[in-house]
Amino acid sequence: MRAAATVWAAFALALPAAAQIAVTGETVYTMAGPPIGNGMVLIRDGRIERVGPAADVKAPEGYRSFRAKVVTPGLIDARTVVGLSGYLNQDHDQDQVDRSKPIQPELRAIDAYDARETLIGYLRGYGITTLHTGHGPGILVSGQTMIVKTAGDTVEEALLKPDVMIAATLGEGARESARGASPGTRSKAIAMLRAELIKAQEAQRKRQRPAEGDKKEKEPPARDLPLEAWIQVLERQKPLLVTVNRANDILSAIRLGKEFNIRLVLDGVAEAHQALDAIKESGYPAIVHPAMQRAYGDAENIGFETPAKLKAAGIPFAMQSGFEGYVPKSRVLLFEAAVAAAHGLGFDNALSAVTIDAARLLGIADRVGSLEAGKDGDVALFDGDPFEYTSHCVGVVINGKVASEQAQ
Amino acid sequence: MRISFSCIAAVAVCAVGAAQERPVAFTGARLIPIAGPEVPDGALVIRNGKIVAAGPRQSTPIPQGAQTVNAAGKVIMPGLVDSHSHIGGVEGGDSSAPVQPDVRVLDAINARDATIQKAQAGGITTVNIMPGSGHLLSGQTIYCKLRDGNTIDDIVLRNADGTVAGGMKMANGTNSRRASPFPGTRAKSAALMREQLAKAVEYRDKVRKANGDPDKMPDRDLRLEGLVEVLDGKRIVHHHTHRHDDILTVLRLQKEFGFRVVLHHVSDAWAVADEIAKAGVGSSIILIDSPGGKIEAKDNRLVNGAALEKAGALVGFHTDDGITDSRLFLRMAALAVRAGMSREKALYGLTMANAKMLDLDRQVGSLEAGKDADFILLSGDPFSVYTKVLETWVDGVKVFDRTEAKDRLYAEGGYGASQDRASLYLDEEWMQ
Repeated sequence: MRAAATVWAAFALALPAAAQIAVTGETVYTMAGPPIGNGMVLIRDGRIERVGPAADVKAPEGYRSFRAKVVTPGLIDARTVVGLSGYLNQDHDQDQVDRSKPIQPELRAIDAYDARETLIGYLRGYGITTLHTGHGPGILVSGQTMIVKTAGDTVEEALLKPDVMIAATLGEGARESARGASPGTRSKAIAMLRAELIKAQEAQRKRQRPAEGDKKEKEPPARDLPLEAWIQVLERQKPLLVTVNRANDILSAIRLGKEFNIRLVLDGVAEAHQALDAIKESGYPAIVHPAMQRAYGDAENIGFETPAKLKAAGIPFAMQSGFEGYVPKSRVLLFEAAVAAAHGLGFDNALSAVTIDAARLLGIADRVGSLEAGKDGDVALFDGDPFEYTSHCVGVVINGKVASEQAQ
Repeated sequence: MRISFSCIAAVAVCAVGAAQERPVAFTGARLIPIAGPEVPDGALVIRNGKIVAAGPRQSTPIPQGAQTVNAAGKVIMPGLVDSHSHIGGVEGGDSSAPVQPDVRVLDAINARDATIQKAQAGGITTVNIMPGSGHLLSGQTIYCKLRDGNTIDDIVLRNADGTVAGGMKMANGTNSRRASPFPGTRAKSAALMREQLAKAVEYRDKVRKANGDPDKMPDRDLRLEGLVEVLDGKRIVHHHTHRHDDILTVLRLQKEFGFRVVLHHVSDAWAVADEIAKAGVGSSIILIDSPGGKIEAKDNRLVNGAALEKAGALVGFHTDDGITDSRLFLRMAALAVRAGMSREKALYGLTMANAKMLDLDRQVGSLEAGKDADFILLSGDPFSVYTKVLETWVDGVKVFDRTEAKDRLYAEGGYGASQDRASLYLDEEWMQ
């Protein structure tokens, strides 16, 4: 009896991993070539096995088959705080910003991510399979970000990449969060960031060159977590993700990035339409604000057409759900991309922005972002144009496992 | 040169109420009259700010001398009615007391505010501008037509007796729970409100007894006067309420005091749809992109429209602008359709249902002869993300035209899109 139970348990555990999936779509957007009419995506052991016209790619026996009008790669939200910022919006579920100090690059996202948060399941139902999430905007330097899948009950199960960028905010967000302390002005915010980076440069120099005449064996320097984080930025291992909306703040961010030759990702950029040439020339990519973000404060000149303008200017960009402090608690990437698509960006560019472009910007295009053999088995199924208000996401596959089958 | 430009600007700014005497006929558009089935090839005739006729092109007579506008390929539907918005820089009660029926939002509106222009760009022509929900009762709301007005008087609607048209904003749940003198619990919230309404009943009875005799009249009390208008049904109560039990508390108070009420937000409508339908009160709902943001909205669901429709309740939508953007009002009804509401009831919920909830259904909300010439021209189906509002007309005057640069700025956003309309005119004048 006991032996039988053990065998059964082992079988149950093995079942999901062994389940193979065949997805047929009237149109399959692979994002690695033109869309395939009546296409087939085979998924085996968590990864994409084969993609092609259904006439050529036959589903082997035993594959669980799904059929939908439109099939796309799982969508990638390039900037969110979901998992750190919970849907109830009470003190106990808000971990995206710690206000004890204005600069805390050592805070790790993995130490605060609630993989079971309601909003993660909600977003998953709309075809969003990958999140670049972590510390939020709203303070000068809030902490680190990471990349997770919207599946898994623990951060370890969900994790794709544990440390990705360091989140900073310029403009009113940084100023107002200080509440009487520094930074109280825009100039002070930049001065504080420069001071941190210069301090890290000095430390980096000392570590590389031991003091002259020092005959003792060099001891490793004392651990300093913030400093270590800044050195990673200086060594271009991690970009600084700077939330900036006003045009002059965008230029300040670029100035800072060039001074220290660091990698920068511009986030928000509500007034990008006033600084397209400068952004283009900087070579920095942008994660543009949600298309439906509200117009006030630094973002009072926000526009629906900014994604289209970035595209036309040839600036690499991805899209995001961003951060919301009230109702709704999170935006939905699919909805934001839809509005951008309808306001000049167009269907193909919008889909690209939330799949392969986002994967490239985040440095994870070897894993996700397109339907190609060898990539993760992340697929979204729709019963019509994914961006139409009245279409539904009818299925989601993550890492080769069915994650949602309910039309949403 | 400068003088002549100023004249043009003056004409443009003062276009309020300048409806044409010459009839205008829009022909060939798909008409969504709300009052009847959709008409694939329609004609809409307006004159002097009113609708003269709306129906199939073949059978609708076009008056002699009418200006004809070819609207083939477009969709025409009534101007949208938003039953709950905070545009115009509105303010209501302050933090001095939880119940402030004497406070009028009339005294706090900027008629030139950019949010009004953006609402026009979203196809909204009639709106209930409300104070916030941080009070049990935060003040008197106003019903406005979104004309290009310079002053509040240019946009506010008036009742037959000349008084300002509007309702009363009330709230329960968590927003109005604060430090004393505000309530600390739900039971206390209901008790405070009942206390005020009971006083109003006594005040009303004294006034009635006095029967016009100034010596017998009680001293004027602005707060109680406001509540008496509620008791008399002259002011509809627009009641913020989210959680299922809070919704039932509103229905309980309504039954006790007999006021007319519309439920607003109604996040848990899916849980108590039958009770709402049985009570015979309307629901003005909001659909949000994700649940949460505060505890009482944690169960807000897109199925609320469908659930209320199925229960047979009257259901409209509102923007609650700035919670959702007035330019995306059509989108909200489309999301209700996504979650199972019928197309017909969703369109009704953007127009006639809300007109009824504001006592304006004889005037606006459908394309019917005799009603105000409030309508919108769309580039396609109202529930497609790709559709744009091309023109918005209020009382026979075009107030939004997507081909005009200034209007397009409000529609799409961009540099200057949050500036008052008047300041944009000023900039242009200054540049001459």
